[in-house]
Amino acid sequence: MTDRKHSELPKNWELEKLEDGRMVLNMGPSHPAMHGIVRVLLTVQGERIADSDVEIGYLHRGFEKTCENVTYNQCVPYTDRLNYVSPFINNVGFALAVEKLMGIETPARCQYIRVIMSELSRLTDHLTCIGANAMELSAFTVYFYLINAREALYRLTDSVAGGRITPAYTRVGGVTRDLPPDFKAATAEVFKTVRKNLSDAEKMLTRNRIFYDRLHNTGVIGKEEAIARSFTGPVLRSTGVPLDVRKATPYLVYDRFDFDIPVGSNGDNYDRYLVRIEEMKQSMRIVEQALAQLPGGPVNHPDYGVTLPPKEEVYGNIEALMAHFKLTFEGVKPPRGEVYQAVEGGNGEVGFYIVSDGTGNPWRLRVRPPCFPLTAGLSRLIKGAYIADIVSTFGQVNMIGGELER
Amino acid sequence: MTSYLIETVRSKFPDAVLETHSFRGDETVAVKKEALADVAAFLRDELGFDMLMDLTAADYLPREPRYELVCHFYSTKHNYRLRLKCPVGGEQPALASLTPLWPGANWFEREVWDMYGIKFEGHPDLRRVLMYDGFEGHPLRKDYPLKKRQPRIAHRD
Repeated sequence: MTDRKHSELPKNWELEKLEDGRMVLNMGPSHPAMHGIVRVLLTVQGERIADSDVEIGYLHRGFEKTCENVTYNQCVPYTDRLNYVSPFINNVGFALAVEKLMGIETPARCQYIRVIMSELSRLTDHLTCIGANAMELSAFTVYFYLINAREALYRLTDSVAGGRITPAYTRVGGVTRDLPPDFKAATAEVFKTVRKNLSDAEKMLTRNRIFYDRLHNTGVIGKEEAIARSFTGPVLRSTGVPLDVRKATPYLVYDRFDFDIPVGSNGDNYDRYLVRIEEMKQSMRIVEQALAQLPGGPVNHPDYGVTLPPKEEVYGNIEALMAHFKLTFEGVKPPRGEVYQAVEGGNGEVGFYIVSDGTGNPWRLRVRPPCFPLTAGLSRLIKGAYIADIVSTFGQVNMIGGELER
Repeated sequence: MTSYLIETVRSKFPDAVLETHSFRGDETVAVKKEALADVAAFLRDELGFDMLMDLTAADYLPREPRYELVCHFYSTKHNYRLRLKCPVGGEQPALASLTPLWPGANWFEREVWDMYGIKFEGHPDLRRVLMYDGFEGHPLRKDYPLKKRQPRIAHRD
């Protein structure tokens, strides 16, 4: 290993001049605890991590470049694949950004549906995160409890959008279809399962000696530093900063619901776990309130320049036919300008920055992936820790390759 | 509130501010690249923008200067946002790095270097982050063909 040219290594790394007793260790790219593919290059002193470099890019697909070459609605399926455990939040964020650019607002029912689907997505996201984290810390039973709950939620979202993890549910100006007629009852049933599984998992984890010791006081970061490093989401909230886009700059109809933003105090992995558990309960609260308030009416913007006209209209009159043709081939055409729209994703702030040149394709589409700064800060979080702590910290950072590398 | 941020920056840096607007409520200030570090430091220290939410770039090909650095700032204390833009052009575009001010800028700037080939002076460790070592060109530039193929890289031991 020493005679290789290390052009891809950090500047300050000189393997030939390693201090006495230090060793370079490769963790990943293909490693059971590196969900997806990430390579962490470590310099260790005994069991302690002296320095590390995180190497990403194995899942880069050119999302932003691709989106510059397709119409706005054609971008929606690509947004599914950003954070693939909470696809609806990406769908909603993208649709909101384009609608902001166009200066339109969707009907009330559509906004409620988007809130409900986003919160169901947040549940699946946190369930996956905690389940996978527990599994990696060898609590395998908990994984099945939580994945059972996630599966129930996937079946529910499947009944709405027709897809488990790639639903492509929103369109500019609306959603693909309305909720199924028995959705309210089905949700109540699913939430019973989720609550049962969640309370079982909590009983097995929260006061579990091994789990607690692995998570408590590992991956610690302070308030100011977390902010300076652009951390958002549960990792930032675990340090005690109550920043949540849903409360700070409410979008959709989030200001109509009563819910709390849980915060931690230590900024360690255990607090992140607790924040996620509490957030799931809050998400269920939001969904139940939204279902109780759910108004009737259309789910799509009435303007045929934005949403596709119904098929009877397309075959029945020339205006609708033309609108259908124009929308399908040229897409919606927002005015020239630029907007940034943020939504609260599973891992933090998901931001869409869109520049329009007035045509049907975005000139520039940028996603602000919440786990990009988090993964960048991983080296800081694991510095000085044991090698085994990487697993718990990396699990609680909840790196999602799809949105990290786009 | 709307114009307060813009007016403050404008009155503090009358010569550096190129353009301001608040399209759809997003307050935006464009500054000259020479003043970027000063304006950013002013935003952080005086106006309370403690978080660099996002840093990216855009390529407006036929135009000169061709690129634009786009930063989105957020203040956790005051809950407001500001977009700071900075046009940059030339054969070898380069800007002052914001990493000394916000450590979170580190990887964002590496990504901009990777995707657009804009250099950041004063960056501690400017390497590619998404593309591999040996990748030719910068893929998000408008003159990078969508289906361009890359040469094979030599096998490493």
